[in-house]
Amino acid sequence: MSEITTLIAESAARLFAGEVDKPLLDAAEAGTFPTALWTAVAAAGLPDALCLESEGLWPNWEAGAAVLVEAGRAAAPVPLAETMIARWLLAHAGVHPPDGPLSIAPTRRQGDALTLAAAGGGWTASGRLLEVAGAWHAAGLVSVVAAGGDAHLVLLAGEDLERVRRAALSGEAHADLLLSGRRAMVAPLPAGLGADVLWRAGALARSLQMAGALQRVLAIATGYAQERVQFGRPIGKFQAVQQALARLAQETAAAQAAAISAARAASQGEARFAVAAAKLRTGEAAGIAAGIAHQVLGAIGFTHEHVLHHLTRRLWTWREEFGRESDWARSLGALAAATGGDGLWPLLADD
Amino acid sequence: MQALRFEAVELGQDAARLRAEVRAFLVEQVAAGALDARGDFVSGFSAAFSGALAARGWIGMTWPKRYGGAERSALERYVVIEELLAVGAPVAAHWIADRQSGPLLLRFGTEEQRQTFLPPVTRGTCFFCIGMSEPDSGSDLASVRTRADPVAGGFAITGRKVWTSNAHRSHFMVALARTGAAGEDRRGGLSQFIVDLTSPGLTIRPILNLAGRHEFNEVTFDAVFVPEARVVGKIGDGWKQVTSELAHERSGPERFLSVMHLLALAVAAAGRAPDARVRVAIGRLVAHLWTLRRMSLSVAGMLHSGSVPELEATIVKDLGNLFEQEAPEHLRLVVDPDAPGASAYRQALEDVILDAPSYSLRGGTREILRGIIARGLGLR
Repeated sequence: MSEITTLIAESAARLFAGEVDKPLLDAAEAGTFPTALWTAVAAAGLPDALCLESEGLWPNWEAGAAVLVEAGRAAAPVPLAETMIARWLLAHAGVHPPDGPLSIAPTRRQGDALTLAAAGGGWTASGRLLEVAGAWHAAGLVSVVAAGGDAHLVLLAGEDLERVRRAALSGEAHADLLLSGRRAMVAPLPAGLGADVLWRAGALARSLQMAGALQRVLAIATGYAQERVQFGRPIGKFQAVQQALARLAQETAAAQAAAISAARAASQGEARFAVAAAKLRTGEAAGIAAGIAHQVLGAIGFTHEHVLHHLTRRLWTWREEFGRESDWARSLGALAAATGGDGLWPLLADD
Repeated sequence: MQALRFEAVELGQDAARLRAEVRAFLVEQVAAGALDARGDFVSGFSAAFSGALAARGWIGMTWPKRYGGAERSALERYVVIEELLAVGAPVAAHWIADRQSGPLLLRFGTEEQRQTFLPPVTRGTCFFCIGMSEPDSGSDLASVRTRADPVAGGFAITGRKVWTSNAHRSHFMVALARTGAAGEDRRGGLSQFIVDLTSPGLTIRPILNLAGRHEFNEVTFDAVFVPEARVVGKIGDGWKQVTSELAHERSGPERFLSVMHLLALAVAAAGRAPDARVRVAIGRLVAHLWTLRRMSLSVAGMLHSGSVPELEATIVKDLGNLFEQEAPEHLRLVVDPDAPGASAYRQALEDVILDAPSYSLRGGTREILRGIIARGLGLR
């Protein structure tokens, strides 16, 4: 890790450890936006992590990774990933971002529709966007819309969003958005970025958050196995439990390596292959790991009182967002088929 | 609990050039028919192929030049071996000497041993096997009973080793034998010896595997004389010496690339526009393979910079073996082995299905590996 990345990782870890606790997570789930947490996050400059020392077209995903792994580890109940991506894209397009948390809409869900219309020298946006992550509290929304053969970057102000709150599996504050001819700030999508830039950036962000959450889940399950005594000894002394926790560690390791490697690749290029593989692998790890952790923690881990579900429910939500495993598997499979048998190894190994 | 370390590793431009060289070499070898018998690092044995590799300087390539090496980096070696394994090249003949016995001698061997054994290994003319398991010592290596008794000028080894891969085609064995009492931690009293496989009193008998192939052997020692000069390292330090290299042995690309050749043939057999079910299955395996490679490279990077990530290396091996065993199970259901033109795929599928049980046995069983991981987590 570079020096700046190490610094930002440490400051993010410290910040989240100090600010995010069980009462805060419960309050956020009940609908209270954690304003103090967000203020601290903004004051630390975390929303601009992707823009740090990023001179070319590609975001500083190494700094982004450092922040998002820590955010995931803490289950920080704020749309930091979405805000980071939105602010990076807006900065590139030369659009001044609104203050506060932002949301992003890749318009890839079944039922999503967003269209632009020219109106009085400006633009209006209409349509419907479903279950947009972080949108309930967002001060603005960034999307990418094709119009007239070009991809446009669209920014909608918070006051122009008609919202219907949707509770995600995680308890995070998502929303359906209804737009009927609301004014929109429109800018050309910076050259070199694909129209699916938000979809892939979101997938990478969720991969990193899952990698962080998995590390915490592993720590919780391991710690519990060392403390919980049955049959006269800690359950972690039983081989059956040890073998299960070893599997949990393996999935955590795979998620970590996949997400971190994809982040490195995405700092240097589009990284289509790496991001697809990372989202698939972390999503798969999430399901396996959550299952093992709950088995190890037994009934106490199934209570609302325990912190574990704030992590596992996020894992179950994040693996669904920005493409689930089958979506990314299909696109990787298509890529492999198009490359052919002889091209498969170079596809994997040439970096 | 210790934190897991998996940082992103980049191989750089020199590695890309080397990779291109290896691929060009492999194209030549395919044209010459030298890659007809595909296999993995245990089953693909070809002295001729090992000789061709040696001529390129790709055996013992990280070793000092004075012993015939090329003083290339461990990451450069990684590039070479993954390119070879990816196409199922027959690397078994020199594999153990290159990965294990050579580095063992560089670390613990005498100068005379290095000068005697390393140059012929790098020339591809000297092959090693490993004598560890015994009829009553599998995962419980500390229970080894083959003993080396001091005699005039050296030791007399008596006992029996089993599952010794390619002993019948190797020149030397690094044998683990008991030279003293095990002690309280059961790890004492073991020593390593370089045994000439043509020694009087040594008998090699085949043990056919479930496919009927002859890869492993039973090697019996009837007071086999081993001169003092063929003790590796220190008498009594065998356990420490054997376990010191485990991170290298466990995290390499051989732990997940046994099925790469099969996967490539499956992609070819599936055609350019397979249906969604096939795309999902293949795409998933590709993502797993990519992840394993990133993990393995990350461990290689740490080894390269001098740390010994035993926990991470152990994780790579078991996950890699899981993948290798899962891949044929998924592929057979989505890519039809009976389809016209799929005979190479079908052959590779059958080979892998028959080999697959060995993946999670060789080099440390799944259960032992998970026990090591549990220890790393602080549970033992």
